[in-house]
Amino acid sequence: MSSIDARGLSCPMPVVLVQNEVKKNAPAEFQVLLDSECSVENVTRFAKNNGYEVKAEENGEETTLICTKK
Amino acid sequence: MENIKKLPDDNLLVGFDNSDDAAVYKINNELAMVQTVDFFPPIADDPYTFGQIAAVNALSDIYAMGGEPRICLNIMGVPKKMPKEIIGEILRGGNDKVTEAGAVIAGGHTIFDEEPKYGLSVTGFVHPDKFYKNNGGKDGDVLILTKPLGIGVLTTAQKAGLLDSETQDFAIKMMTTLNKSARDVIIKYDVHACTDVTGFGLIGHLSEMLGDAPLMAELDTGSIDFIPKAVEFASMGILAEGMYRNRKAFANEVDESRAEQAIADILYDPQTAGGLMLAVDPKDADMCFDELKSVVPSAQKIGRIKALNGDKRIIIL
Repeated sequence: MSSIDARGLSCPMPVVLVQNEVKKNAPAEFQVLLDSECSVENVTRFAKNNGYEVKAEENGEETTLICTKK
Repeated sequence: MENIKKLPDDNLLVGFDNSDDAAVYKINNELAMVQTVDFFPPIADDPYTFGQIAAVNALSDIYAMGGEPRICLNIMGVPKKMPKEIIGEILRGGNDKVTEAGAVIAGGHTIFDEEPKYGLSVTGFVHPDKFYKNNGGKDGDVLILTKPLGIGVLTTAQKAGLLDSETQDFAIKMMTTLNKSARDVIIKYDVHACTDVTGFGLIGHLSEMLGDAPLMAELDTGSIDFIPKAVEFASMGILAEGMYRNRKAFANEVDESRAEQAIADILYDPQTAGGLMLAVDPKDADMCFDELKSVVPSAQKIGRIKALNGDKRIIIL
């Protein structure tokens, strides 16, 4: 599963990284490491609107989103 | 702010209390002074454009009170290495908009700062009985907005280099349009409340407009001019932190069950140099809107204020 580390980036850069990955490789599944509420929401919106199911795993300040093509 | 003691002054008609757009101070029975200050870091790559936007944004607070700007002071922060030409371009942008507003720049103050900043302190005038507060809407009022919505999303997309030049030009055109023409029309009509839509987004400012009164507002999303590109970006998750902040602050007042998420997001989206939003008495609404539309083509009727019915104060239809 491909993994995108977008920690430390401010909005909207994390969602832009995810968009680039989806556009380039159309992965069936990928995970994104995030550390802001804004980027979690943004990536969730993007993934859901592009046919992915989104599961969030929270660990402290950080969140991992696991996106799986429906 | 609670700990700061304020000296009472009967001539201070509008002060801190309702987070209004500008302060209003009565000079005599015919004249009141309107005063505001606003500045921010660059939101455009081009310094001249940035100067224009910052000035339009600051002047807007005076128009939102129904006033006329007269005297401005520049407020500026510049990094030590910033070339003089860039500083000059920012100031030229500000000066051009102040001139267009019929006001003058009388001076200013600049300090060294790691990040550039620019804005204005603006003093204007208004009749002490004829200024607009940001609250005071009444049951039956028609809500009018004078610029399209979604500028915040576009500036966020711009930061990520996602804007095509046509959309960027449109965003700049909107952010550099003074609310002067809109103000000049609406002062002829029975307007109960007026504000400019900026950092709190349309919903945040609408919530302020309803104040503590037992009122609610209905927003007709079908009549609101959402910038199409902004809706597209919103659904791609290109949204600024400020939108989520506004959502957190105001969502409990809002029924958005009938709205698409991207549309609702834009209603919470912070706007830079946004349009005026006004609550007009229903007897004047059509005439005010028609005249407004003839000079400000982007004006839209966006909804209405009603007596509160239920537990949500803002209904997105």
